[in-house]
Amino acid sequence: MFEHYLSLFVKAVFVENMALAFFLGMCTFMAVSKKVSSAIGLGVAVVVVLTITVPVNNLILHYLLQEGALSWTGIAGAENIDLSFLGLLSYIGVIAAIVQILEMFLDKFVPTLYNALGVFLPLITVNCAIMGASLFMVQRDYSFGESVIYGFGAGAGWALAITALAGIREKLKYSDVPAGLQGLGITFLTVGLMSLGFMSFSGIQL
Amino acid sequence: MAAYTPKGVLTTPIFKNNPIALQILGICSALAVTNSMSTSLVMGLAVIAVTAFSSFFVSLIRHQIPSSIRIIVQMTIIASLVIVVDQVLKAYAYEISKQLSVFVGLIITNCIVMGRAEAFAMQNGPVMSFLDGVGNGLGYAVMLLAVGFFRELFGSGSVFGLTILQPVNDGGWYVTNGLLLLPPSAFFVIGLIIWGLRSLNPEQVEENEFKITANTKAKEAV
Repeated sequence: MFEHYLSLFVKAVFVENMALAFFLGMCTFMAVSKKVSSAIGLGVAVVVVLTITVPVNNLILHYLLQEGALSWTGIAGAENIDLSFLGLLSYIGVIAAIVQILEMFLDKFVPTLYNALGVFLPLITVNCAIMGASLFMVQRDYSFGESVIYGFGAGAGWALAITALAGIREKLKYSDVPAGLQGLGITFLTVGLMSLGFMSFSGIQL
Repeated sequence: MAAYTPKGVLTTPIFKNNPIALQILGICSALAVTNSMSTSLVMGLAVIAVTAFSSFFVSLIRHQIPSSIRIIVQMTIIASLVIVVDQVLKAYAYEISKQLSVFVGLIITNCIVMGRAEAFAMQNGPVMSFLDGVGNGLGYAVMLLAVGFFRELFGSGSVFGLTILQPVNDGGWYVTNGLLLLPPSAFFVIGLIIWGLRSLNPEQVEENEFKITANTKAKEAV
């Protein structure tokens, strides 16, 4: 059991890295990777939000949306209800709500972390990595325990990738890049090379 | 604000102010779905539809939306539209919707849709917003098709599944470039397209934060 969870975690961090293997959360990945410090802040926020939202969406799927999921209510005919077409709407709702609650909670109880995360928290709602992880969870039919591990692993992988990119970009500032490639262009090429590097994990069977 | 003309709104986002190349919006899906032209085309059409109609509806009710909950209202409109697109694709283009997998759902979090709703549709009338949505969707689709064209042509020697360059495996002459079928190549292709666009429009070039001084002249050691 433990081994299964460990391999799921390693797979989520390296083999199926959210940013570099599936290209999710690219918009923020490109925009907020200019400095290592802000990259780490955003990374931590993503890990926290993913670890909470993926399991919650998992519960919603299993107890509200799936075919027959409503049978626990005991209402006659409830086992025939299939609400899975509402999936997208409910997942994004859950994500937006949790980000909002988390923001209020941090503001009240952990103001230092709240100030450190600053504007990144609300930005996370539209981060495709969060939504993507929930959709992958649905597609692969993870159990509740697996979804906790998967959420955490996917977040950790994303945080690792953005921190690494920010480190490279800090060095890149001092290099002589052709004018047209300046900024966005060279970042794309760098991420491409990083993603090639991460592809070497793809053969690993766990 | 009154300076928008229908034609301008429709065409500027395609080349001058391309959402992907210039505004860095909506890149996620641009990379993952571009290994063939047909998936890029379907994805492009889906995004055009969602952006146009979400801008239209957001603009229709823009005076009724309280600004404190506008993000959630926009999200709900977008998510409902994406569900419609998803169901239509599943019904009429099942094969392609399988290939696109989660990326249709991810249109919800595509920043182009959200960005246009927030930046344009909240301030402008429904018709103009609709055109703006179509324009930005088109900009996205054009970029997607351009990337898909290079990746499919050089990666598997075909365009829309029709063989253009006969690959060696089928007794032809063209050695396919496997790299272009792999996801990272999308980064290289987009990076190079951006380079090309910015060389044509020098005003888009970003300023470097540091100036590199010219090489110091060779001097004899004292």
